[in-house]
Amino acid sequence: MSLAEREPAPTPAAARRQALPRSLWIGAALSVVFVAAAALSFIWTPYPVDGMDIPARLQPPSWAHPLGTDHFGRDILSMIMVGARTSIAVALLAVGIGMVVGVPLGLAAAARKGGFLDEIIMRANDLIFAFPAIVIAILITAVFGASAVNAIIAIGIFNIPVFARLTRGGALSLWQREFILAARVAGKSATRISAEHILPNVANLLIVQGTIQFSLGILAEAGLSYVGLGAQPPTPSWGRMLADAQTMVSLAPHVALIPGLAIVLTVLGLNLMGDGLRDLLDPKVRKART
Amino acid sequence: MTKPLRLLAASALVLAAGLAPAWAQRTDVTVAMQLEPPHLDPTGGAAGAIDSVLYSNVFEGLTRFTESGEIVPGLAESWEISEDGLTYTFRLREDVTFHDGTAMDASDVKFTLDRARAEDSTNAQKQLFASIESVEVVDPRTVQVKLAQQDGMFLFNMAWGDAVIVAPESIGEIKSQPIGTGPFRFVEWVQGDRIEIARYEDYWGEAPALAEATFKFISDPTAAFSAMMAEDIDAFMAFPAPENLPQFEADPRFQVLIGSTEGETILSTNNAQPPLDDRRVRKAIAHAIDRQAIIDGAMFGYGTPIGTHFAPHNPAYVDLTEMSAHDPERARQLLADAGYADGFTTTLKLPPPSYARRGGEIVAAQLRAVGIETEITNLEWAQWLEEVFTNKNYGLTIVSHTEPMDIGIYARPDYYFQYDNPEFQALMEELNRTTDPDTRTEMLQQAQRIIAEDYVNGYLFQLAMTSVAKSGLRGLWANAPTQAVDLTGVYWED
Amino acid sequence: MLRYTLKRMASLAVSLAVASLVIFLVVEVAPGDPAAFMLGINAQPETVAALRAELGLDVPKWQRYLDWVGGMLTGDFGTSYTYRTPVADMIADRLQVSLPLALYALALSTLLAFPAGIYAAARRGKAGDLAVMGATQLGVAVPNFWFAMMLVLLFSINLGWFSAGGFPGWEEGLWAGMKALTLPAIALALPQAAILARVMRSSLIDILGEDFMRTARAKGLTRRQALWRHGVRNALIPVLTIIGLQFAFLLAGAIIIEQVFYLPGLGRLIFQSISARDLIVVESVVMLLVFAVIVVNFLVDLAYAAVDPRLRSRT
Repeated sequence: MSLAEREPAPTPAAARRQALPRSLWIGAALSVVFVAAAALSFIWTPYPVDGMDIPARLQPPSWAHPLGTDHFGRDILSMIMVGARTSIAVALLAVGIGMVVGVPLGLAAAARKGGFLDEIIMRANDLIFAFPAIVIAILITAVFGASAVNAIIAIGIFNIPVFARLTRGGALSLWQREFILAARVAGKSATRISAEHILPNVANLLIVQGTIQFSLGILAEAGLSYVGLGAQPPTPSWGRMLADAQTMVSLAPHVALIPGLAIVLTVLGLNLMGDGLRDLLDPKVRKART
Repeated sequence: MTKPLRLLAASALVLAAGLAPAWAQRTDVTVAMQLEPPHLDPTGGAAGAIDSVLYSNVFEGLTRFTESGEIVPGLAESWEISEDGLTYTFRLREDVTFHDGTAMDASDVKFTLDRARAEDSTNAQKQLFASIESVEVVDPRTVQVKLAQQDGMFLFNMAWGDAVIVAPESIGEIKSQPIGTGPFRFVEWVQGDRIEIARYEDYWGEAPALAEATFKFISDPTAAFSAMMAEDIDAFMAFPAPENLPQFEADPRFQVLIGSTEGETILSTNNAQPPLDDRRVRKAIAHAIDRQAIIDGAMFGYGTPIGTHFAPHNPAYVDLTEMSAHDPERARQLLADAGYADGFTTTLKLPPPSYARRGGEIVAAQLRAVGIETEITNLEWAQWLEEVFTNKNYGLTIVSHTEPMDIGIYARPDYYFQYDNPEFQALMEELNRTTDPDTRTEMLQQAQRIIAEDYVNGYLFQLAMTSVAKSGLRGLWANAPTQAVDLTGVYWED
Repeated sequence: MLRYTLKRMASLAVSLAVASLVIFLVVEVAPGDPAAFMLGINAQPETVAALRAELGLDVPKWQRYLDWVGGMLTGDFGTSYTYRTPVADMIADRLQVSLPLALYALALSTLLAFPAGIYAAARRGKAGDLAVMGATQLGVAVPNFWFAMMLVLLFSINLGWFSAGGFPGWEEGLWAGMKALTLPAIALALPQAAILARVMRSSLIDILGEDFMRTARAKGLTRRQALWRHGVRNALIPVLTIIGLQFAFLLAGAIIIEQVFYLPGLGRLIFQSISARDLIVVESVVMLLVFAVIVVNFLVDLAYAAVDPRLRSRT
């Protein structure tokens, strides 16, 4: 598992155009299902999510429990619903950290290309990339304890260089454009130009990358909570459900199958949506690299 | 298949595999366990895995534990205790040699005991040697230990893995090349995978049936399950996933050994932290807990309910579980009496073993049912030791206290329970000076009652020892009076 | 070129120095004392103090940092607190598992990704392309630890073809070792293969649009001949870069997979050392991994700069 190994798949729009509506639709539909399930769980779940019924444990799917019960006899459907909430919250906030910190850094670096600040920011980015993400995440939780908040921070840190690089790359090409030159001649400061002209023009890039980092965040959260470093019980999380299921695989395969499928479908949905969005928003996006 | 055909097939197999003739007994065994020792010095670390591999197999002490927890002579064949109970004179066995060929004599015993209680000693159980005042070599086979005060536990203490006899000649390399006096000598340690030992031909006692043995370390429960099912290993001591045991029980290739450990699994409570410093609150917690649900839910039914901090298989045990029977109504009432009608919130910090993690989730649900909210934090052992054990920064935690006969920890007010009861402390002091067995039993029972009545901790269950072995393997210890996988009596049966 | 190389080397040195400081600080502030961990709950405070002194933990932190960095510069990674063996030996031991595993996974993912990517590029927009791209979408969405669990369920528990974990050691023979690494390698390779196939495909499609490809076609080569003779070779450069980075990732990133399969590799060593607070091992292993990635990046940059002088002006 890596938190930041993947840049947006550089897919030429021409090739994708034909598949565009379908991937966007499938992706959006899958994502909506999980977001809706998460939202619904605030007001209703089939069973209380921490309702234990030990004699009724490890039951396969049935009418009473559509996705079966876990090793404490809890309803897996209810746990998947609330778990979606955990995954979405962690991934979303981690993307937020990446954007809030990374985008201004990227803008600043691009505004003074080759300058001292640019050098520092890009070297720091390289450095973060060089760290094995999962090891650092484990260290962070070893220092500050395991919790959802620390998982968010750990994932968020690795989102920063992703957004910083992307913004810098996008902004650099914009700085060469006529309309920016015009603004400079008009005497606008670099900060103003960045905020008023550059940022709106890299927004599309950011949305697409945001979707992808969001799906990576869900994978990362699952991985961290699988090794026990994410949200703590009784808050359900898909990764911990998998960890709990590990020794039950031979007894009741569904307890390991279902949370895994939930992760796969959510991530798949978000990735498809990201691809679709990229084609929709900016057909010219090819390689978002510096 | 007809009989001759089967014989033919069998001998063909034997020939093909190039093995010993089919009628010979197997003399090797591969025993797996979950944890790997960090090093191989039983006298220099707390890790139970060190003793599991080496106790009785490679190293021996003056006395030793049997499977039932009795103390029998080890390297000392007999001893005399002076009238005042302060002088122990040990008579050592004859012709005992270390695996490097050097003789084991009284000077080695003196070296071992002096090293363990020295100022710069790194013995994890240094308190075992606290009562020793001096150790004298009388002659090569006689050693005299003088105690500063009477110590009813002295012979018991000398049976621990931390008190095994080591030699000054080999102490430097003991962590990687352990040299003891036991029936097996250390052969090889492939770190991360296994330790091999082999029969020591010059052993002073009866030679073991096994010629060689391999300890394999498999920490992952799924891997443990599949290794056992595939018969890659012959036995798994303390199998980590109780949920898989019924599958082994149903399989004629395997036997499941169920015994007891010295592990009292308790909901340790910070007796100094409000509102847990209120006996009524602790009593409410005790009544809120449904032990059977925890045993069923966390251990899949393996475990014996306890009502105090004492092993149920010990003759001195008193069953006090009724004092904290599951009664949520009563718990709510007690909370109201203590002024917490609306409940309160506390922390529940859980170390890694599954009894704690799973048990913790169940305890949290049961406490929530009477209005007590818990914030669960899962910790690694190092964090647990620092936060909970050393800094006492916790409300509740679940842990199994696996040291044998450790009720004395309740007499230490600075222990992490922070339980401070002078009456109990006085009782323990008296117990330490008492050697008469009947009086001791009486006092131990009184001690059990005091801590149960004070509801110091939530007493959950005695950890079961559940091991899986191939059906032909005999002589494995089902119980764990100490952390040991004693292979001296293990053999294969047809 | 020399100026550029020197500049990059200076920044490499600074990066490594910063990395070592960050690692040391993060690891050292983690709560938990290795000596207390080793001695357990019955240990007396003076025993813990004696062990700390024996382990050299009682000297000031800054001095330990300097000793550690100084040691590493001379190739001495220190001595593990728990195992009391040289850290360098432990790393060498664990690399015997991690290195072959990473190579195995990389070989599998390359074998899977190359044909898939080339096929998809050649059939761009057709059903075959869509099928491959759909499969890669699935591939990147599967958490590798869950995939590993499913592999264990199917191939170890139900079919009994592979053991569910553990590593017998190379002295048991090449076959036994490879067999033990097969399921972990598959679990690691699948998501990597999906990424690689996508890179291969898009890189190839980019190349196919270049002028020299049209020239090749104009010379009378068939589409297929042009694709193989000119396209694939030229598309390899970005693909090889990704492979290089993936390799560095696989060395460290196998940590969860090593955990699932109970493999005594580098990742598990980190995990064990963190939980035992064997600080020096954690520091040295993480430093080594960071070093590997930084150096790989450095070499990739140099290679690119050598090929394309324009890049030298870039920072």
